[in-house]
Amino acid sequence: MSDILLLEASGLSIYKQGRTLVDNASLRLEAGKVVSLIGPNGAGKTTLVRALMGLVEINEGYISASKGLQIGYMPQKLNLDASLPISVKGFLSLNQNSNREHFLHCAQISDVDCIFSRPMQSLSGGELQRVLLCRALLKKPQLLILDEPAQGLDVNGQAELYQLIAQLRDELNCGVLMVSHDLHFVMAATDEVICLNQHICCHGHPEKVSAHPEYLKLFGHNQASNVALYTHRHDHQHGVHGELIENCNHKH
Amino acid sequence: MLEILLAPILTGIVIALLAGPLGCFIVWRRLAYFGDALAHSALLGVAIGLILQVSTQLAILFSCVILAISLAQIKQHGELSSDTWLGVLSHGSLALSIIAISLAGAGRVDLYGYLFGDLLSASLVDVVLISACAVALGLYLWRCWDSLICICLNEDLARVEGIAVSRHKLLLMLAIAFITAMSMKLVGALLITALLIIPAASARSFAKSPGQMALIAMASALIALGIGMYASYQWDMPTGPAIVAAACMLFGLSKSSTIFKQAD
Repeated sequence: MSDILLLEASGLSIYKQGRTLVDNASLRLEAGKVVSLIGPNGAGKTTLVRALMGLVEINEGYISASKGLQIGYMPQKLNLDASLPISVKGFLSLNQNSNREHFLHCAQISDVDCIFSRPMQSLSGGELQRVLLCRALLKKPQLLILDEPAQGLDVNGQAELYQLIAQLRDELNCGVLMVSHDLHFVMAATDEVICLNQHICCHGHPEKVSAHPEYLKLFGHNQASNVALYTHRHDHQHGVHGELIENCNHKH
Repeated sequence: MLEILLAPILTGIVIALLAGPLGCFIVWRRLAYFGDALAHSALLGVAIGLILQVSTQLAILFSCVILAISLAQIKQHGELSSDTWLGVLSHGSLALSIIAISLAGAGRVDLYGYLFGDLLSASLVDVVLISACAVALGLYLWRCWDSLICICLNEDLARVEGIAVSRHKLLLMLAIAFITAMSMKLVGALLITALLIIPAASARSFAKSPGQMALIAMASALIALGIGMYASYQWDMPTGPAIVAAACMLFGLSKSSTIFKQAD
């Protein structure tokens, strides 16, 4: 079931004004699998993801998507000008012709039904992320693409969001590709990690990647030990929710 | 009396109705500077029309459309930001057109009329032409409203959701170019942007959704038109500035009403 290929990219290279943004990157996205794309700032993560969605021109290589692939995209942010009056419900209903039941179901999963009437401008970072996720889900996506979904969230909010994403993957059996640079959380919520710095430095199972010399070179031993700390913390996450944060603060 | 005023009044109403929604997009997408550049290039159209001895209306429309298309190209890349480009084009064309109009049309052309509007020169043919354009634009806005709002919020998201973003952006710019060309007679080149922006800005305080804001902006533009035309008829004020002054008055009222609301 989990081997259904959704999108495959092979040998992608993207240049802009003489600079190489992405160099010979290949990846496969499958249904039911969470793939995380990590890398330092300016590593070309967002460019690669935008190329996969057909938003950026590719100079070399090819992308093949399964026929009629529905992509749900969750951008980093919206250009919400204060002069545009729009409520959460208004935003979610734009160009939407799905039935009411599906609409409410998506709102429930992403926990936005209680903020329907709030203006979009008044949302906190976490609430906005959930609204964007809900919009992505409304399209009944086979592939969810999330660009820095945890940006601007506190530790608690991040844990909740990644849990929600894992839950969605199980429920919808969709593929997930997320861009991130906070390593320790990503590692636990992921089936495969791709470490990008223009080219793909290393990829594979999170445990394997975190021990890879290229990875250590890129993020340094300091960050890598954060990951070790995380593997330790993983045991605690199954316990009481609040305990995790306390533990974390204690260790630092 | 009525026959003389009928064409100007109808022209004003059609433009006010379109200025509502288009003005909202100018406010939401921060295109105020773009509107100014268009208005000045309309003036350049007047100059071209004079020099080539073709219809001024057509020349105005032509130069607005050319500017809109070329700006759509420039905006995407380059070292200079788009507002710098707009500043260069806008004031460059203003200066050029004033020179050209003064030289080529000395004694024949009422420059004042093009700068501040000359509504009484509107004819019934104008009304028919403007109404035809307005119906087409109105239908477009009505049908693609949701897509246009999506583009305002996030272009990448809109693209992934299957909206033809570049085409809509170009069409929106062309729509603004059209209304600019059409409003030359109503308020003149220097006040066109004001007519677009001020009603939309007044509508913001009362609107809960984008659609509502457009409708309130339409109403506010119509009221400003009414007051301005009446004042112009009654006290012999220049019509264009009177309309814009009335719109400013409504804006002041809307702002003070929100201040009172907050005080409660």
